[in-house]
Amino acid sequence: MIKIAGLNRTFKGKSGPVEALRNLNLDIANGEFLAVIGRSGCGKSTLLRLIAGLIPPTDGEVLVAGERVSRPRRDVAMVFQRPALLPWRTVLDNVLLPVEIFGMKRAQHRDHAMRLLEMTGLDGFAKQLPHELSGGMQQRVSLCRALIQRPKVMLMDEPFSALDALTREELAVELQRIHIELGTTVVFVTHSIQEAVLLADRVAVLSARPGRLNKLVDVDIPRPRSFGHNAHMEQVAAISAELHQLLLGNEYLP
Amino acid sequence: MTDSSRPPQRWTNIGLPTLGTVLIIGLWWGITRILGVEPFYLPAPPDVVDAFSRQPTYLFEQAGITFLETTIGFGIATVGAILLAVLLAASRTVERMTFPAIAGINAVPKVALAPLLMVWVGLNPQAKVLMAIMLCFFPILVATMTGLSSTPADLGEMARSLSASWWQTFIRVRLPWALPQIFIGLKVATSLSIIGAIIGELQHPELGLGSVISSSGLSADTPMAFAALTLLAVMGAALFYSMVALERVLVPWARAISS
Repeated sequence: MIKIAGLNRTFKGKSGPVEALRNLNLDIANGEFLAVIGRSGCGKSTLLRLIAGLIPPTDGEVLVAGERVSRPRRDVAMVFQRPALLPWRTVLDNVLLPVEIFGMKRAQHRDHAMRLLEMTGLDGFAKQLPHELSGGMQQRVSLCRALIQRPKVMLMDEPFSALDALTREELAVELQRIHIELGTTVVFVTHSIQEAVLLADRVAVLSARPGRLNKLVDVDIPRPRSFGHNAHMEQVAAISAELHQLLLGNEYLP
Repeated sequence: MTDSSRPPQRWTNIGLPTLGTVLIIGLWWGITRILGVEPFYLPAPPDVVDAFSRQPTYLFEQAGITFLETTIGFGIATVGAILLAVLLAASRTVERMTFPAIAGINAVPKVALAPLLMVWVGLNPQAKVLMAIMLCFFPILVATMTGLSSTPADLGEMARSLSASWWQTFIRVRLPWALPQIFIGLKVATSLSIIGAIIGELQHPELGLGSVISSSGLSADTPMAFAALTLLAVMGAALFYSMVALERVLVPWARAISS
């Protein structure tokens, strides 16, 4: 679904150019859940913005569904760290925003929007304004806004990192359920090893300055997975330990 | 979110402002009494009421004229300043080119232009409306420009990720987000538009409360001048609070997200 070939991205910094990503190659299969982890400044967000077509690559290319990405695509949806909801619009109107911007009929997508709200446990909140909702619920609304596009690819930039620990786990489990149900290809940037092991088919570990692909780790644990006690504790522990080692190992410290 | 521990709405919205106004008038009265100030220098509230009741119809008529000049000026300035702000927000080049001139023109003392206005448009009400426009145009312009350029980065990126056009982003994100700022400008502009109309009227006293103030100065009738000033104060407060009310209707979310 996504093919990343020889991708480089350099930013102009105050003291000369800053290499955010160097020679990244990655194939993401249809329906795959790829988690991207790495220390701060390793270019995770840059990678996501390149796939989204929000910024152009310095070198190399990104293909989505076989087409080269040069600007944002309608079948690629983004979920940001902050919900980025419009405070004057009701929950339902926020979810329908992409429909309006794409110039489609609201009425035809209203039912879909209501189904998404129901799926994320927000039925009954359609007429509320964002500020009347908790942070976790606001992020669910932003997830619905991404899903209304019926995206082939969902790009998520640390979507749960601004939430408290329990809400974060709750939403991660919910995202797993949605992914199993819809089979959307997901690229999920996170700091959390726990989230990566819960959700991902594969984890791409990036190293920092410049951002390079350090290792791709397979997570061969059957779904649905859960946090805490389960039948695959040993595997979870082994993979988590490996990811820890990759992220914190001495050779990757500056 | 509703909070039951807050005092009742009616008390905070009507009771407190009324109490504050009464206390301030009481203080004014007390000072004139205790210090025994002559009404010629500073009339006490009863003197002002007395002056007002001498010719209420005349005063209300003059207030009506000033009110009309003020609101027409305020209205034209609002439409013009917001349109210009949108134009400047649409093009960085135009903004860079014209903003120094706009800021410079704003720094020119408008009072100094009053005699010129008489030359340009003559001795008619238009001169007063024009003065009102000149005084309140800039605050609305700057407030709107500030509001339009204060869109949070995450909302901007969200709009870009949906490939929203400039116009779609403007109408659905930037303009609504700017509304609270625009209202700050409008609230400041209400009083400036009154001041503008009065400058015009003082320049060529003929009609309006400015003329009343000017002529009562000539006849040493300070209480009458104060009656006119009081009407101006009431007018100013009324215009200000009409903007507050409009803001509550149009931007109910702003108070909620700014705690």
